[in-house]
Amino acid sequence: MSRATKGKRVFMQGNIAAGEGAIAAGARFFAGYPITPSSEIAQHASIYLPKVGGTYIQMEDEIGSIGAIIGASMAGTKSYTASSGPGISLMNENIGLACMVEAPCVLISVQRAGPSTGLATKPAQADFLQTRWGTHGDHAIIAVSPATVQECFDLTIKAFNFAERFRTPVFVLMDEIVGKMYETIDIPDTKEIKIENRKIATCPHEEFKSYNFDEDLIPPFAPFGGIRISKANGSGHGLDGYPDTNPENYDRSVRRLTEKIENRKEEICLYKIYGFKDAEILIIAYGCSARSSLAAVEQARKNGFKVGLLQLQTLWPFPDHLIKRYSKKAKKIIVPELSLGQLKSEIERYVKNIPVVGVNKVGGVSITPQEIIKELETGYK
Amino acid sequence: MMRYNGKKFLKKELLPFFWCSGCGNGIVMGCIARAMEESGFSKKNTVVVTGIGCWGKADDYLTTHTFHGTHGRALAIATGIKLANPSLEVIALVGDGDGATIGGNHLIHAARRNIDITVIMSNNFTYGMTGGQYSGTTPFGAITSTSRYGHIEDEFDISELVKAAGAAYVAKGTVANPLQLQKFIFKAFKKQNGFCFVEAINICPTHYGRANKLGKAPEMIERLKKSSINIKLAKDMKPDKLTGKIIVGEYINKKVDGYIKRYKEVQKRATI
Repeated sequence: MSRATKGKRVFMQGNIAAGEGAIAAGARFFAGYPITPSSEIAQHASIYLPKVGGTYIQMEDEIGSIGAIIGASMAGTKSYTASSGPGISLMNENIGLACMVEAPCVLISVQRAGPSTGLATKPAQADFLQTRWGTHGDHAIIAVSPATVQECFDLTIKAFNFAERFRTPVFVLMDEIVGKMYETIDIPDTKEIKIENRKIATCPHEEFKSYNFDEDLIPPFAPFGGIRISKANGSGHGLDGYPDTNPENYDRSVRRLTEKIENRKEEICLYKIYGFKDAEILIIAYGCSARSSLAAVEQARKNGFKVGLLQLQTLWPFPDHLIKRYSKKAKKIIVPELSLGQLKSEIERYVKNIPVVGVNKVGGVSITPQEIIKELETGYK
Repeated sequence: MMRYNGKKFLKKELLPFFWCSGCGNGIVMGCIARAMEESGFSKKNTVVVTGIGCWGKADDYLTTHTFHGTHGRALAIATGIKLANPSLEVIALVGDGDGATIGGNHLIHAARRNIDITVIMSNNFTYGMTGGQYSGTTPFGAITSTSRYGHIEDEFDISELVKAAGAAYVAKGTVANPLQLQKFIFKAFKKQNGFCFVEAINICPTHYGRANKLGKAPEMIERLKKSSINIKLAKDMKPDKLTGKIIVGEYINKKVDGYIKRYKEVQKRATI
């Protein structure tokens, strides 16, 4: 059995912790293609899934990998894949397919420095917007992002729960630092792990329609092979899953796919707040940069700075409500990230009256606490 | 064989098919529906996966579980469905653009690993939906909307390719001989283990036929009949005599373990 079945304290790599989280969440199908720095997740799946009656398959490419996990999901199995930016780029068309057919699935993306092959495989956080807008067309997406090995485990479970609850693809957006890092984590006893499963259709089978959604905008699921005949359709469809190109119908469909997630930000947006809740300087960060930020906050507070850190654990839907809540007293927001300002630009859409300053590095090395402290001291009275 | 009408697998209220008049896809659909019935398939236990293109619309008319996916990726989706629930009959319907061109890599790898699904390729030598451009099976010299001066690439013999990749069952028929085509599909459905592939040579009077002055549907069907030659006869013929011929028949029918059986072994080994 997988290590996750026993409650204990273990020294573990971030990628492995994500893999353990997946199996603990009930995932039983993995399809993927090797890519550094994510390959340990595939290797872990190939060893541990067959032990629990699950299936691992290494596909011919990432396009095939996501195709397979969507298929497996529609047959009723919790499914996941793992990759990095170049592989996610290849998956993008079918990420839209997963949104459209409403296939719950989890994509673990361990970010490395791009564009293209870039610095294989130094850390980066420049796929923040790729997770949101990589696939074409209006859609909503959920992305969570761990900053510690413990969070790799915990947030991967959350990712599966969100995928099941909302019938949608969910990203676990990691980075090379967090994925390759070893830390001691607590793996809870199986009984203590909260696992959610998709809502299953219970109506009489002759009345079943694949996309007949409930009040929560989410259609109850019927797996392939069941008595309720299921029509998964990546093209514009009506409630019954058959093609429908009527403009009013399609407008409603696309709005529903977006609203079923965007309307429920409060329950999806996970975060941690460190330091002052009414900080004069607010740092907003996620993943590896949240680690550097935390070190900077601890040091700066000793030096008398009224500084706080908002660590975003959910990146999408974007937690603008949290940013507004915690920046009320702030005179300045600092956004350290291993990109040229993707997170910063998103924050600036919602924060208009105070300066939002980035600490940006794209050379494939992490941001140091000192670099953040330097920015903290700039203009602070 | 014709005592099976396959009606229970077709959505009557959505007929007639939306395909152009003279298109052979309806013939292939009839063969599939009848072969499903003959094989004892149920709506509940069958999943049909399609890609994108004229033939990718086939799922609209079926009463089974269906998955209308993305262009070229039907086999990847079908692979996931079969592995998640091996008790299902999983069928992928792909065209020559969908299956032999953009999805060519998935096709050869699905054949190599002998994933236990059946693929039925409707091959009309062109992209019909997008306006008659050349595909991976368009013959050398053919006129299409993107090869107005004659096609300069050589074509795949897709059945030979899938056979070489390792598939358990490969057969080629034409819409000019539905009885034979249905028999091949039936045999593919009944095959217990491994990857099964049936190529249905089809006609596209609207694009390919018109561009190459092949006449209307009846003339194109007649042409298919005349140019078809059985694989057993073709074996002893000189290559120059086979130019322009369609070699119909079973390319391979061999016993293999199939992916599912082998993976069950993996699961056993993993739990020891």
